[in-house]
Amino acid sequence: MKYVFLFCGSPADQAAFDALTPEQLRQQYAQVGRWFAQHQARLGHGNQLQGPETATTVVLRGGQPIVKDGLFMEGKEIVGGYTEVEAADLDEALEMAKTWPGGSTVEIRPVVVQR
Amino acid sequence: MLAQAAAADVFREAAARVTAALIRRFGDFDLAEDCVQDAMVAALETWPRDGVPARPAAWLTTVTTRRALNRLQRDERYREKLAHVASSPRDDGEGDDRLRLILACCHPGLSREAQVALTLRAVAGFTTAEIARAFVASEATIAQRLVRAKRKIAAAGIPFRIPSEVELGDRLTEVLDVLYLIFNEGHLSTRAGAPSKRDLAEEAAWLARLVCRLLPNEPEPMGLLALMKLHLARGRSRFDVTGHLVLLADQDRTRWDRPLIDEAIDLIERAAGRARPGPYQLEAAIAACHAEAPSIHQTDWVQIVVLYDMLLALAPTPVVRLNRAIALWRLDGPESALRDLDALTADLDRYHLFHAARGEMLHELGRSEEAHAAQRRALELTENTAERALLERRLFR
Repeated sequence: MKYVFLFCGSPADQAAFDALTPEQLRQQYAQVGRWFAQHQARLGHGNQLQGPETATTVVLRGGQPIVKDGLFMEGKEIVGGYTEVEAADLDEALEMAKTWPGGSTVEIRPVVVQR
Repeated sequence: MLAQAAAADVFREAAARVTAALIRRFGDFDLAEDCVQDAMVAALETWPRDGVPARPAAWLTTVTTRRALNRLQRDERYREKLAHVASSPRDDGEGDDRLRLILACCHPGLSREAQVALTLRAVAGFTTAEIARAFVASEATIAQRLVRAKRKIAAAGIPFRIPSEVELGDRLTEVLDVLYLIFNEGHLSTRAGAPSKRDLAEEAAWLARLVCRLLPNEPEPMGLLALMKLHLARGRSRFDVTGHLVLLADQDRTRWDRPLIDEAIDLIERAAGRARPGPYQLEAAIAACHAEAPSIHQTDWVQIVVLYDMLLALAPTPVVRLNRAIALWRLDGPESALRDLDALTADLDRYHLFHAARGEMLHELGRSEEAHAAQRRALELTENTAERALLERRLFR
């Protein structure tokens, strides 16, 4: 089955990430790099996203598109990146997600399969 | 009517097994369940009249498999399922199938209420109407809950397989928590429901027994089953003839079911032999201390406090702290117990039994006004009629 992992964190996580020293940042990326290397065979396309201050939202409700600065949902969690994952089932995907070193939350979404 | 009840019993024993086997063979929860439910209707019509077949599970397997194949052939969408059927093994390890089914129904990716509904439906063979009656919900709500849960199982890829050794512990805890919730829903209700209402507590105990059989080396299911048996053993004495709730201290202990208590203690000892203590084993051990005591005063409160300390080491929850404080009250008087309780106010302010216990301790200390305030607060926080009646009696003493 194909899933997308949405790597999320709270604004506090984001602030802590921004405050990392270059050395800490290097270590953090090394950990994340190891996770990607370990699961390489199961991973598809993915990207780290730039921070929420760079987001722009287009709302298409009510005929007239409205463009606004910022995230669509000013929620507790911010999506910081994503990757496609090929796993046999949810348990296999969960096992991978539980070892994610790069943040506080991983949302697992099965993708719609085109028939 | 008796024949019908007997048929229903036999059916229940066989249904989970057949459902589980069908899911593995056809890879489709909905199809399996529908076919088993259809077969149940047929069984309840014909079995009381013609007699229960010699091998009910085999009868059901034949009937349900035929129905499933018929449906698949008729339905375009199910064509690919037939390929799945051709490639999957036919029949091996039925016991494991049921374990897979229970673990899938109680998967942590499902909400607790979905876990409960699915387990009752697929494992215990409840109809949607029976689940609705048991949880005082509308049939439409439960039906929708089941549809959503089954859709999630299919869409999110929740598997029907035994988790790895590492995962099994957590997954088993999830299963046991679901079963205990079902048990408590039956046990704590005032039993004012219609007599036809299936007894949730008995059903949950049946499910716990099933899990014990499926995982004979795991001590926690034995602990849960023992705990349920101990509650059931005291069940009859929990209400007086007028339907009033009777507290442990005032219960007629001669009415407790001794053989059932002995069974529970036997289970606790067998579980302890595995040397892997867990929350349910400890809860059962505490309940056993009560069950073995000739009266509230001749209860081994030292042992109970020690067991609560062990439980706190595994599950440091506010409710366990509350129960430890109540045991300490019996052992040591109300002063220090009340101090422990007051430290829990922030966590348990919305829990009626916290205020009820606090009220009793204040009452014993002669602080009547505070005691009344606490009992009134407890009363505000519960809707259970039997508990309300007891709290009201306390307000007028």
